Amino acid sequence: MENTSKAMIKARNVNVYYDDNHAIKNVDLDISSGTVTALIGPSGCGKSTFLRCINRMNDSIPSCRITGSITLDGQDIYDKTIDVVQLRARVGMVFQKPNPFPKSIYDNVAYGPRIHGFARNSAELDEIVFTSLQKSGLWDEVKDRLDTSGTALSGGQQQRLCIARTIAVNPEVILMDEPCSALDPIATAIIEELIEELRSRFAIVIVTHSMQQAARVSQKTAFFYLGEILEFGDTSEIFTNPKVEKTKDYITGRYG
Amino acid sequence: MTDKDLTSKSPWTTEAMQKRLKKRYRKETAFKAVGLSGLLIGLCALAILVISIFTTGLSGFKETRLTIDVYMDPAIIKAAPDLDEDARIAHMAKVNHRALIRNSLRLSFPDVKSRRDIMALQRLTSNGARDEVRQALIDDPTIIGKTIPMNLRASSTVDMYIKGQISRDVAQSSRKISDKQLVWLDKLNAEGRIVKGFNWIFLSSGDSREPELAGILGAAIGSLLTLLVTLVIAFPIGVATAIYLEEFAPRNKWTDIIEININNLAAVPSIIFGLLGLAIFLNVFNMPRSAPLVGGLTLALMTLPTIIITSRAAIRAVPPSIREAAIGMGASKIQTQLHHVLPLSLPGILTGTIIGMAQALGETAPLLMIGMVAFIVDVPEGILDAATALPVQIFLWADSAERGFMEKTSAAIIVLLLFLVLMNGLAIWMRHKFEKRW
Ligand SMILES: Nc1ncnc2c1ncn2[C@@H]1O[C@H](COP(=O)(O)OP(=O)(O)OP(=O)(O)O)[C@@H](O)[C@H]1O
Ligand SMILES: [Mg+2]
Repeated sequence: MENTSKAMIKARNVNVYYDDNHAIKNVDLDISSGTVTALIGPSGCGKSTFLRCINRMNDSIPSCRITGSITLDGQDIYDKTIDVVQLRARVGMVFQKPNPFPKSIYDNVAYGPRIHGFARNSAELDEIVFTSLQKSGLWDEVKDRLDTSGTALSGGQQQRLCIARTIAVNPEVILMDEPCSALDPIATAIIEELIEELRSRFAIVIVTHSMQQAARVSQKTAFFYLGEILEFGDTSEIFTNPKVEKTKDYITGRYG
Repeated sequence: MTDKDLTSKSPWTTEAMQKRLKKRYRKETAFKAVGLSGLLIGLCALAILVISIFTTGLSGFKETRLTIDVYMDPAIIKAAPDLDEDARIAHMAKVNHRALIRNSLRLSFPDVKSRRDIMALQRLTSNGARDEVRQALIDDPTIIGKTIPMNLRASSTVDMYIKGQISRDVAQSSRKISDKQLVWLDKLNAEGRIVKGFNWIFLSSGDSREPELAGILGAAIGSLLTLLVTLVIAFPIGVATAIYLEEFAPRNKWTDIIEININNLAAVPSIIFGLLGLAIFLNVFNMPRSAPLVGGLTLALMTLPTIIITSRAAIRAVPPSIREAAIGMGASKIQTQLHHVLPLSLPGILTGTIIGMAQALGETAPLLMIGMVAFIVDVPEGILDAATALPVQIFLWADSAERGFMEKTSAAIIVLLLFLVLMNGLAIWMRHKFEKRW
């Protein structure tokens, strides 16, 4: 029964250019439901760029040009008939920098359900807000001040608010761009637990600079280098037995 | 010794560095001095302006009245005893009030005999005094046959003399008030019959040929109606245009050209907009001349570029992360705009709009072109009535040969400045009310 909501993303021969800058080169990648896929690689290698291709966030960058195909459930997401707005609701995104709306905590989480008409009444909306905040581990900290501004939270709390906001609309895929870069180890652990829990229902793609994190949360890992995927495979395989020299250098370099 | 060696080696303690530091301080001090003196000059100019306007203008809010014992002569009033209310009022309006006042003045000044002198005596009072007598008769019919002391409005000349704007030291031929009139005024003054009060008529009536009867209300209402039309037209169109250009329009040659032209439009002299309004609204669409509707439309054309430019700046100042967040949630472009970008840029947009409106409020030239410069006594009641606006009224009064309009000009400027201060206050208040931090 869960199968209906399962999504499969296939990227084939994806190239991305920012004007003349060839940021993504011939990338093929499969993302399956029920798995966490980690994108790792040195800074500027195109991880964020690739992530943003999956929910067409790059559309709003005029200089950005994409070739190749990315399919979601067999449907080309760059096809003209695709409704971008709906696509972005199905493929949720948590950004590198926390960006809550300058509205109340409640309204932040309720925003998605409201515009997509998920709740029939305020009780249902309350319920969605409650479960989303609880899943992101923020509920206990904010339950007494749901009407204060989301921007008044600490950086880590803001990031968890953004995660709550994203999962409130029940996406099929969640893209996370370094979601824990602003978090302390406790909050990070909460998020990682959350990722583990969400994995059963969603496909999750996470960009991270922490090798430990990639190893802990992901089942698949893709190593990006200068816009290319040098290696893609099971996380356990890549971390224990990398086939490409660069991957090994990167992973071990980070381990120090 | 070794200490000295050490210190002399560090580049931060060398003589050259000290010199550079001193030079930097000198530059800073000089810059501060220049800025401060610029500020002082500006403040001085402002102070001079305000002081000069207020010293001449405040007296425009005061008026002089002469206490005259008015004999409500039944022989002149000739009221039939059994008229109903409407007929009575109509009759009282037709009474020869001038004769009533003249006869009363003759009773007060029994030694004034010649026709000419009596005329001169009557000219101490304003033409508006007749209306006051009429109103008294309408209000209370029982005063007929009695002698009532009334504070009648003095003529503009007397008003100016009492306010010290006409000196009695000048030769009679070169002042508007005669020696005889001065003697009569002295008598009235000695009896305490000259009173000064607040000039309500200045705030409650329209223009007049007589300075002491001229009011600012007509022009103020005209300005208000004009600005209302301007706001209703320019604000939605301007904001919508700004949103479209900023968020929806493709970036290409055409939008570049449009952008350049909007910026250029903001610098076009306002009189050109007046010509445009004349050509389009009056000649093509045959709208009524002198109407606030046409004035408002013309000023809207002039204000649009300002609103568009400031709104775009405000929209652009909204951090892109907010937009990304909304779009990433699956909000459509319009939803992103209406739910997030617009509320955040509203303070800036409102400030820009009010600046544009303030500009429109002070604009004279385009209104001259579309005929809002006519002499209009009635206070306009709608946007299709003939009207003038505050700055045009100031222009008209400043241009008048009648010296009594001088203080009215300054008083009108005070009213205009008050309007501007109010609008700016409103802008500041709105900024604070709608401002949100992110
Ligand atoms: N909006 C943009 N406009 C132009 N070039 C861009 C833009 N965003 C990214 N790039 C370029 O694309 C390349 C890949 O950038 P990207 O942000 O995807 O790197 P990243 O792997 O996410 O790096 P990091 O780990 O530091 O976040 C870089 O060379 C960058 O300069
Ligand atoms: Mg990145």
